[in-house]
Amino acid sequence: MTDRPATPILRVQHLRVSYPIRSSVMLRRVGENVAVSDVTFDVGPGETVGLVGESGSGKSTIARAVIGLVKPTAGVIEFDGRDITGHSPKELKAVRRQMQMVFQDPYASLNPRLTVRDQIAECWRVHHGQLPRAQWTERAKHLMERVGLNPDYSDRYPHQFSGGQRQRIGIARALALRPKLIICDEAVSALDVSVQAQVLNLLSDLQDEFGLSYLFISHDLSVIEHLSDRVLVLNKGEVVEQGPVREIFANPRDEYTRALLAAIPVVRPWLETPA
Amino acid sequence: MTTPARVSAATRTMRRARKARRGVRLRIVIPLIIVGLYVVGAVIVPILYHFDPLSTDLLYRLKPPGSVVGGGSTAILGTDQVGQDLFAQIAMGARVSLTVGALTLLIAGVFGVLIGLLAGHFGGWVDMVLMRIADIQLAFPSILLAILLASVLGQGLTNIIIVLSIANWVVFARVTRGQVLALKNREYVEAARTLGAGHLHLIFRTQLPGCLAPILVVATVEFGHVILSEAALSFLGVGVPVGVPSLGSSIQAGTAYLTTAWWISTLPGIALLILVLATGILGDALRDRYDPRLRSA
Amino acid sequence: MAEPTMAVREGSTPRDEPLMSVRDLQVEFSTSAGVVRALDGVSFDVRRGETIAILGESGSGKSVTAQAIMALLPKPAGSIVGGSIHYAGRDLAALPIGDVRRICGTEIAMIFQDPLSSLNPVFRVGWQIAEPFRKRLGMDKQQARAKALELLDRVGIPDAGRRIRDYPHQFSGGQRQRIMIAMAIALEPKLLIADEPTTALDVTVQSQIMKLLANLQAETGMGMILISHDLGVVADVAERAAIMYAGRIVESGTIRQVYDYPAHPYTQGLLASIPSTKAIGERLVPIAGAPPNLLALPTGCSFHPRCPYAVDRCRAEIPLLRRPDGWEPGHVAACFRSEEVLAHD
Repeated sequence: MTDRPATPILRVQHLRVSYPIRSSVMLRRVGENVAVSDVTFDVGPGETVGLVGESGSGKSTIARAVIGLVKPTAGVIEFDGRDITGHSPKELKAVRRQMQMVFQDPYASLNPRLTVRDQIAECWRVHHGQLPRAQWTERAKHLMERVGLNPDYSDRYPHQFSGGQRQRIGIARALALRPKLIICDEAVSALDVSVQAQVLNLLSDLQDEFGLSYLFISHDLSVIEHLSDRVLVLNKGEVVEQGPVREIFANPRDEYTRALLAAIPVVRPWLETPA
Repeated sequence: MTTPARVSAATRTMRRARKARRGVRLRIVIPLIIVGLYVVGAVIVPILYHFDPLSTDLLYRLKPPGSVVGGGSTAILGTDQVGQDLFAQIAMGARVSLTVGALTLLIAGVFGVLIGLLAGHFGGWVDMVLMRIADIQLAFPSILLAILLASVLGQGLTNIIIVLSIANWVVFARVTRGQVLALKNREYVEAARTLGAGHLHLIFRTQLPGCLAPILVVATVEFGHVILSEAALSFLGVGVPVGVPSLGSSIQAGTAYLTTAWWISTLPGIALLILVLATGILGDALRDRYDPRLRSA
Repeated sequence: MAEPTMAVREGSTPRDEPLMSVRDLQVEFSTSAGVVRALDGVSFDVRRGETIAILGESGSGKSVTAQAIMALLPKPAGSIVGGSIHYAGRDLAALPIGDVRRICGTEIAMIFQDPLSSLNPVFRVGWQIAEPFRKRLGMDKQQARAKALELLDRVGIPDAGRRIRDYPHQFSGGQRQRIMIAMAIALEPKLLIADEPTTALDVTVQSQIMKLLANLQAETGMGMILISHDLGVVADVAERAAIMYAGRIVESGTIRQVYDYPAHPYTQGLLASIPSTKAIGERLVPIAGAPPNLLALPTGCSFHPRCPYAVDRCRAEIPLLRRPDGWEPGHVAACFRSEEVLAHD
């Protein structure tokens, strides 16, 4: 077991998210739909924790609960030592500066009516006083450069960029407030393989440079294996296995994990020695 | 290699696609020109003709289009039953129509869009209450409302604008609400939320720009509706007050002379038709312009 | 196993003749920004009982190829401007759309990426599967339904007798894809085109669907064209592979040849950027740059701005598919420097 740092950036304990099913007539609660049940994990500073599972496993719900888009039904979420469970958007505002998210769909995660500069600068507009207005354009261009985009394109609109470039804009936006934790919700899943590799390398470099922690959500085991330090395998809202990534992939103990690993498409299956 | 037949098939496709695009552009440009002409005419023509709605010139009443009237000038569209030049009267009527239309759109639009934004963004009981108010609103026939208001407040341009605004804000609210609901769960709205944006920012800086295109389309179509409504109300006598000429009241005034001096009713009617048709086509074309499929054709 | 012979052949016996032969296919789209050459001379063969995988990233033109064959290009924007699609002695590219659609209903079938939007949500599944039997073969409702039940069973839907009355939304993503496959093979097509059939599905379901397709092909002997961006998912099923880039095929051969000994820098780069082929924690080697804008293709070889092997000739001339010196017949690549690329491995 790797030794854990003293204070984790993110601590999730016994998280449960369920949605009530209401009867259509009287809106009475007739049952509940459990998306996430009893999930516990930590993310340390500079660490990448991967959440892997198929559709319906609850991994995206966990991400949304952590960032505050979804209200947890039970459990505790602590960020940087502070309890932020079930906080209202207003209370979360201060925390939001430290925690940001990169979304899956490069085509839907950028506001089509704002220029790139405005998208990146939106966070400074929302959080008054973080950065004087006069410096917005300069900092936005600097961020664009850092993620590998041409800063001269700062007044172009999203539809003028490719999928991979848009995802970089999303990453620049997430970096703008200098967060400690970035949640990547299937951030590379919608990208072509060659572009995916570029973005993964970028994420890795940024982590080294800024000491970021990542909560990396994906259904793609090979991507998780490549980027994460520790991994949680989710099935239907429950954690079936967790641990350091090398261990899990070398010696999976749970049956579901083994099924997942077996299903990863192997590019050159004729090279594998028959079991 | 390409055969001549293949090449011509390809060029035919390209030509068809380009024609489709050109068609859309034409349908935007031509109505815009027509409406522009109306606006210019409405402003300039009454001034040129020194139009006075209350003056009469009984010597030259009921003259057909093209006849010469007192002072040697030609009445291009004829004169009405009190001797007023019809062309100037139509232009003045257009002025009223356009003013009422624009102001109503402004008030109904701002009010309606605001309601739609709030209902769509907050959802829940806010949405329920606002939409029920809209439904109740729609149950009221605007004509009755106009008559009620006219009898209570008296006639006047402001009253018409109020009546028509009340009758027309709902469509703006519905369209805006629909668009907000469609975009609410798009990732860029969630992204703004995760940045920490509050309700004000989300509504006005994130959601509203995405709603502008459908609102624009609705506005152009509603413009035509409002003008027609005003004409109808004036025709019924519960619209503009007596002294103010309107296309509707001009049509109404000419009903007594349909067999003898047909131009008094018909020509304002045609003017009304062209104006409403132009705004309708413009609205259609704008909707097509924003249709993503045609964009790549 | 026997190596397949070169793609172009003359005077072969009917048995050896390919099921479908696409030659120099060119497709253009008219957009508001100009004319886009989506396909620029695509040629390949499909034989009975054989699966060819057409692989590429977005913008490579792989889906357009399928659309062109099935006369599904969006009108009025897209059109075939050159080349031919030979099937059963006829050129589909020259036939009027009505004729092509008729062939496509019975002899060539297609399954799409997203089964949710390809199935009609308001009709029961049994009704939809039975439709080709009713419409094309003129069967009555009972017969058609019996056939539909048979098909549901064959594609592996459990409890088919009960589920035949369900609506599409009551099935999972993988099951919906099976239903689509059932509809596609209903009339026993000779050729099946699968456009990204597993992209929208979970990983465990992906392998099941690919196995199903492989089994169906073994049973019926139909030819299959698999279109995908995922090199791994087709590896078990396809015999041959064609890699597409910017509207052209840049490498083709048996799948082992292409994956083990890539002769084109793009293929090599693709294989190097897949995470599963690298050890954990090692840096991936992505292909520099981004896929080209089809409206402004680079001169000469479209890949040269991103290519580590590029020389001056690559900027000036468009390389044609050729067999690199000393390598297997049937393995061709569109590169002037294939020999260096191969040696690099």
